[in-house]
Amino acid sequence: MTKVEKKSGQSAGVALLPYSLWSLLFILVPLVFTAYYAFTDNNFAFTTENITRFFTATSEMRGDDGVIREVRTYLVIFMRSLKLAAISTLVCLVLGYPMAYIMARAKERTQKTMVTLIMIPMWMNFLIRTYAWMTILQDTGILNGLLGKLGLGPIHIIGTETAVVIGMVYDYFPYMILPIYSIMAKMDLKLLEAARDLGCNSFSVLKRVIFPLSLPGVVSGVTMVLIPSVSTFYISQKLGNGKFFLIGDAIEGQYINQDLHFAAAIAFILMVILLVCMALVKYFTARLVRGGE
Amino acid sequence: MKISSKIYTTLIFVFLFAPIVVLLVFSFNEAKSLSVFSTFSFKWYEELFNDRNTLESVKNTLILATVATVISTVMGTAAAVGIHRIRRHWYRTLINTVTNIPMINPDIITGISMMLVFVFVGRLWGASNSLNFWTMLIAHVTFCLPYVIFQVLPKLQQMERDMVEAAMDLGCTPFRAFFKVTMPEILPGVITGAIMAFTLSLDDFVISYFTTGNDFQTLPIRIYGMTKKTVTPKMYALATIIFFVTMALLLLSNFVDNEDNRRLRDKRKQLKKKK
Repeated sequence: MTKVEKKSGQSAGVALLPYSLWSLLFILVPLVFTAYYAFTDNNFAFTTENITRFFTATSEMRGDDGVIREVRTYLVIFMRSLKLAAISTLVCLVLGYPMAYIMARAKERTQKTMVTLIMIPMWMNFLIRTYAWMTILQDTGILNGLLGKLGLGPIHIIGTETAVVIGMVYDYFPYMILPIYSIMAKMDLKLLEAARDLGCNSFSVLKRVIFPLSLPGVVSGVTMVLIPSVSTFYISQKLGNGKFFLIGDAIEGQYINQDLHFAAAIAFILMVILLVCMALVKYFTARLVRGGE
Repeated sequence: MKISSKIYTTLIFVFLFAPIVVLLVFSFNEAKSLSVFSTFSFKWYEELFNDRNTLESVKNTLILATVATVISTVMGTAAAVGIHRIRRHWYRTLINTVTNIPMINPDIITGISMMLVFVFVGRLWGASNSLNFWTMLIAHVTFCLPYVIFQVLPKLQQMERDMVEAAMDLGCTPFRAFFKVTMPEILPGVITGAIMAFTLSLDDFVISYFTTGNDFQTLPIRIYGMTKKTVTPKMYALATIIFFVTMALLLLSNFVDNEDNRRLRDKRKQLKKKK
């Protein structure tokens, strides 16, 4: 190593120092604290009570059939969050995949315009976007007004799970389209031609060539939609009329009650489950990609 | 494009822009209704400019975003330079993983976990109210940093490494070499990173919500408070203004990016000619 190289290496180390400290204090320490709070009581003595409470607390809830039953509160909330987030992610994927494909096949200038157009709604404040959907979907809202003019409806959407899904799909849709698009735009067109020359019809080109190649984009799209929609806490309050509590609402509720240890416990469990989900997604796509080869 | 693709694209864009159009149109509605348009008026804009609390929160948001942007841009750029020079593989992987955490972790967990630290430290100090402007600033700097770092790093990788060493061989101090040689090369990345940090900070609600105190209210937090009750078109007027401001920032960052790409292309052409 020359003297100059050594000197510039040292100064680079100095440049990194503030960030290293910062990320230790404000990224890693908070995560440790979440676990610490999750496993302690108000006097900071060790306890597993917060975690047990998550799995065992019960309350009375009215089911779909109108019958009131005793249920495990947080497990029900958690499963509902997972279900709605999974549905939203699936809808985003089904709607977004063709869109990404169309974009990747368009002229270069059109592609750029479309990417900008898709990003624009992301720059509108998330609270206001969600609120705007509330006014559109209301029973006396714009959608029902339009349907009325066509002689249809009215339909009741606000306050249902459908409304919550619409809100989630709307808020996170660009996160699905953009990663898939950026992979597809880089795809080698010759591969598609080759597949066609070798006798593939359009469907098998899609199944055997395009889809396996676009898989990394699909994976990052799915994670980028799934994670925020599992943990959201405003959409359900506004579009679900507060009837469909999600896991994010549960955390916020405990924060408002100042039960920080239980809030930390819910956050901790959510974090662990998300980590497991992401590891699973990684594992299965790795297998899929290998299987495709 | 095929007809079917055109129809599909149109439908998707109708879905994406419906709420925005609704906002823009109803911010000019004379009546208070958010679903029936009566006549055009600027009434709600006037009311907005007379609402002192909202204007105060706009001011707070801008102060917070500016300070957070300056700190995260300076620290993030320095960090990127440092990360770029790391030779040990495990160390680079570690720093990259840690930097990714705030981007991958759900906002609510980032917010809650930082709040726990602030409350804990505040209690040690015996403060009754441990959340304030400073805790919010720390939180904002933390979630802006990764975006700055990941904008600057690729620019450093595009740069020719020998240049800095040449400058130092010729007698520059590392500090001076950075400003004379590195900085002009990575500036577009730094600017894009700063603009991203600024817009993210302006827009953030979830993390702010958990790290804010009572004495410092930003705009998204004020909006949250307003939407708890029934909302007047005043909020739509506000949303319209924010929308156009962020659009302007977005266009600006696109412009910086395009200029930079053109500069790179020109440079490559020149190099080819010389060869």
